[in-house]
Amino acid sequence: MKVNLLAVAHIVLALVAAPLLLGIINRTKAIMAGRHGQPLLQAYFDIFKLLRKSAVYSRTTSWVFRAGLIVNLAAVLVGLLLIPFAGSAAPLAFDGDLVLLAYVLGLARLFIVIAALDTGSAFEGMGASREVTFSMLVEPALFVGLFALSRLSHSLSLSGILYTSGVTGWSIGAPALVSGALFVLYLAENARIPVDDPATHLELTMIHEVMVLDHSGPDFGLLLYGSALKLWLLGALFVGVFSPNLTEAGIWFREGYALVGMLFLSIAVGIVESSMARLRLLKVPQLLVGAGALSMLAAILVLG
Amino acid sequence: MSMYDIASAIVVLIIITNFLLLGAGWLRAAIRIVAVQGFALGLLPLFVHQDGLTVRLAIIAVLVITLKGIVFPRLLMRSLRELSSVRTITYYVGPMPSLLIGIFVMSSSLWWGYVLPLPDQTGYRLAIPMVFFTIVTGLFLIVSRRQALMQIIGYLALENGIYAFGVFFAQSESMLIEVGILLDVFVGVFIMGIMVFQISREFDNIEAGQLNTLRDWFKSRKEAVSKDSEV
Repeated sequence: MKVNLLAVAHIVLALVAAPLLLGIINRTKAIMAGRHGQPLLQAYFDIFKLLRKSAVYSRTTSWVFRAGLIVNLAAVLVGLLLIPFAGSAAPLAFDGDLVLLAYVLGLARLFIVIAALDTGSAFEGMGASREVTFSMLVEPALFVGLFALSRLSHSLSLSGILYTSGVTGWSIGAPALVSGALFVLYLAENARIPVDDPATHLELTMIHEVMVLDHSGPDFGLLLYGSALKLWLLGALFVGVFSPNLTEAGIWFREGYALVGMLFLSIAVGIVESSMARLRLLKVPQLLVGAGALSMLAAILVLG
Repeated sequence: MSMYDIASAIVVLIIITNFLLLGAGWLRAAIRIVAVQGFALGLLPLFVHQDGLTVRLAIIAVLVITLKGIVFPRLLMRSLRELSSVRTITYYVGPMPSLLIGIFVMSSSLWWGYVLPLPDQTGYRLAIPMVFFTIVTGLFLIVSRRQALMQIIGYLALENGIYAFGVFFAQSESMLIEVGILLDVFVGVFIMGIMVFQISREFDNIEAGQLNTLRDWFKSRKEAVSKDSEV
């Protein structure tokens, strides 16, 4: 297999720059709130600090608990290998890799969920139940959306789908609709505000944060890093869908577009987070079904 | 960017407004959405007809936009203001099942669009599905929402669907008829708005289900009728 140097560079970039996205989101929120905010590199500091500590394990947990975060990180890393960045093919590109991507994300989630259940805490079980309920609604929306795009671009590989569809100015076409759905999924999967509040650790309504309460020290650091990578991964997916047709464009333009896209996406998340409150828990499924409806509409547009 | 693209975009926009209507949780939001839908519908004939802008089209577009995009929402907002305590929509069928039903209806409308193609192929694949979807959305809102105000909105969506059908189907409908229908709808919404206001003043709410409390009146009326027939 010929190793594409550019693709490797993209992976390295993702590994290094992913926690920066958290910093950009937090800085945007701080500026919107009129504060100075934490340093842009705060996520790196947190992760390094946590890695220097030692972990504490509850006596009720088994190997499943320890496997949880490792499988999570590994699955997200595999996902990173599958996603093309800036219009060049992903290191692992084959027909049907979009299905693998969805299930790799599913596997990551599964292990976080069973690790949470393994602690035997009722609180974490509640979070796990919510996470699974919502992901049940996220997956069809993701699949139908990707199906629409793959039909549009006559390709079954993410590397053929992303950066080729072309969101054009005024016309409300399938790519624009799928982008809308993907933005909602991006917020839901990364536990950002309309769905879940990453800043809270006190409320009974939290979803994602509650599942990782029992992780400590380096384990929690790796989890944090894993979620930063997931933020990057899904962001790359969104930017790839919400892009003009870049197959003809030069390499610098494509790289620039992707990086600026990631930057703007993070700023957009920050703006969303500072301008609206988290939805009531009962309203979240409604939002996700709405995203599913958008994906479905995109599929209908492509098929019809 | 051709006229065709703009018209297609408007069609998709109307489909999205239908989904928004089905998922709406606030009465105010529902009124705004139906206003956007009416506005989009008003613009539609300007881009659908290939023979360009005629005086007739322009007059109808202006009329539709003024009525459906501005006047109706204003009337509805005014009745909403009168009901100061009512803000959220109450349901028989909640927003999430409604959205799922919406997805189902949209898919089956697509099928109907295949079975019932337009006689003259204008090439708008989504036109007939959009029309069916809008009509069914309107009917569904009427039966699945509790408040009288939402039933007016459902009626408006239903009427929007019928109007959209006319836009695509009848290339040269008489202007008299279209203006006549618009006048009917205007009077309809006007009267319904007044009725909602009267109902809310009389019974302190606008829940259609609550009108069952009128049963006493109904019973006595029935007894009176049966007495009449005995005589």
